[in-house]
Amino acid sequence: MDSTLAINIAISAVLALAVTLNALQLAGLLGWVERKASALIQDRIGANRAAIPLFGFKFAGKGLVNTLMADPLKFLTKEDVIPRGADRLLHTIAPCLAVFPALVTFAVIPFGDVVVLYGKEINLQVAQLNIGILYVLAMVSLGVYGVVLGGWASNNRWSLLGGIRGSAQMISYELAMGLALVAMIMTYGTVDLQAMCRAQGGTILGFIPNWGIFYQPLAFIIFMCAGIAESKRVPFDLPESESELICGYFTEYSGTKHLMFFMTDFIEVVIVASLATVLFFGGWQVPFLERDGFHFGETIFALPSIVVAVLGILSYTVKSMFFCWLQIMTRWTLPRFRYDQLMRLGWMGLLPLGFLNAIVTAAVILALGSH
Amino acid sequence: MSLPLFLPLAALLLLSALGVVLNTHPVRSAMCLVATLFLLAVFFIFLDAEFVAALQIIVYAGAIMVVFLFVIMLLNLEKDEVGRTRTGWHMTTMVSAGLFAIGLLYIVYRAGTLLPGAGMGVAAPAAFGSLEMVALRLFTVYLLPFEITGLLMLAAVVGAVVLAKKKVA
Amino acid sequence: MTAVPTSSFIALSVLLFSIGAIGVLVRRNAIVIFMCIELMLNAANLAFVTFARQQGSIDGQVIVFFVMTVAAAEAAVGLAIIIAVFRHRQTVNADDLRLLRW
Repeated sequence: MDSTLAINIAISAVLALAVTLNALQLAGLLGWVERKASALIQDRIGANRAAIPLFGFKFAGKGLVNTLMADPLKFLTKEDVIPRGADRLLHTIAPCLAVFPALVTFAVIPFGDVVVLYGKEINLQVAQLNIGILYVLAMVSLGVYGVVLGGWASNNRWSLLGGIRGSAQMISYELAMGLALVAMIMTYGTVDLQAMCRAQGGTILGFIPNWGIFYQPLAFIIFMCAGIAESKRVPFDLPESESELICGYFTEYSGTKHLMFFMTDFIEVVIVASLATVLFFGGWQVPFLERDGFHFGETIFALPSIVVAVLGILSYTVKSMFFCWLQIMTRWTLPRFRYDQLMRLGWMGLLPLGFLNAIVTAAVILALGSH
Repeated sequence: MSLPLFLPLAALLLLSALGVVLNTHPVRSAMCLVATLFLLAVFFIFLDAEFVAALQIIVYAGAIMVVFLFVIMLLNLEKDEVGRTRTGWHMTTMVSAGLFAIGLLYIVYRAGTLLPGAGMGVAAPAAFGSLEMVALRLFTVYLLPFEITGLLMLAAVVGAVVLAKKKVA
Repeated sequence: MTAVPTSSFIALSVLLFSIGAIGVLVRRNAIVIFMCIELMLNAANLAFVTFARQQGSIDGQVIVFFVMTVAAAEAAVGLAIIIAVFRHRQTVNADDLRLLRW
């Protein structure tokens, strides 16, 4: 094996590891943020008492670290229960099928521009596939299996109902999501997410950042609604609605498997936030920042390229964090839909709007003659 | 695609396909079919058909199979009852299907070197199988069939709704 | 390392098709029969993609696109029929549906 190949493999491995670990970390962190946010909205103090008994001491703290540690430790040490009459194999596979597609989606999401390090160009995107965003759609559509199988294999009526609701809901909202993405593909003329990010550089009229949201506001709204519905969170959490179905499709899961479903939820939140950032808010683009520094009209503040790269990654992180926060706020603000309302919104609200948006976009592109 | 990669993948594909036929529970059959479709998508990628592979997962694994599972759960189908199998019929089927497969395999074996085209050894043209390339062909040469497919889908949607709708007595 | 020849892929497709055909003939559960038909369609898809690669022409992949659309339409209507039948007869066993049989 020659050394360039080895270096390339090493770079890809490091990128993949960094992205996966980052997603897992964020998911854990969001678990804490969600509790704090719920406390904030319900005007109480919130998660501050988690304590880890260690060496006879109780590290009772108010801090973030204790909660972050206590949560997974508790999950990991719980007994793993498989109910009688359940399909043991499928019951065990289901959480893996839920978490795996969610994690691998991050492979195509760019978190920075191409960086030159020691004369080597590194694209801050794990996989450059020529199907780009279709890969995201494919993985999102595979995410249904965890829900459906989890619901079916538990041998529990509430689980089954949750699974059926989940599959119907996810298929329905996938269409609307797909149509929003179609409009974005037409706008940028590419399916590669990195190219989409690059196309959002520069400004409109000299002061508005050239972001997708200013071209496709409707697509953004459709995408966010469908995205929250895909991640099955309030107001779309019919598959697990605790007041009707106990815990929906993962009622019969405990311990690590429950943790996996739990993590999937938050990883999907991060995915929706990242996609919203990349498609509609410029991804790693910082307004007025170009490859060689800030450009304000004629004045230029030159910056070294490594600083520009770090600023880009920071920009992507801050924006996606904002959208995670937005989703958590939505979750604690809105009540749950009724099932018929959910279906009506999906099929009679978002879907026709998505079609309309795609058709208008196509017509405008045709009239302008180019992108 | 090299042989050490092809053989295990092909074995897995055939195993999961057999799983569809041999499993007595419809949900397990369906999951085996999902695995088969996923593995086929892997083969498509090795055959330079990335777009088709993505479609395979989005349409087949992600939509059609979920509808299958949905219906199985909706009807709450249980395991097939055993004891109603007809051994004679099974043997006849196996033998004839086996003969059919052997005959076709023989033809494939004989015709292997006679196929027109450059073959697997030669690299595919640039951007072969990309979204742009398939779309360009689809919307120029195959435009009429494409429109007809749209009509077919409409008819299918209307038909499905009419058939599955509960009769209001 | 040499590339796997075209005929291996076609052979795989043949085997897949045969398994699907056996499934259609042996299984009596209407939904499973349906799934086996999907297997056969997919065997055809594999052959199409293989030949497209062999000839360096994209047409085979376009045909796969059409096959998938037809499969989707077929699944929608077929499953609707199965649901309608189940409502009337409480079964999806193909042997029990013998009203039109002579």
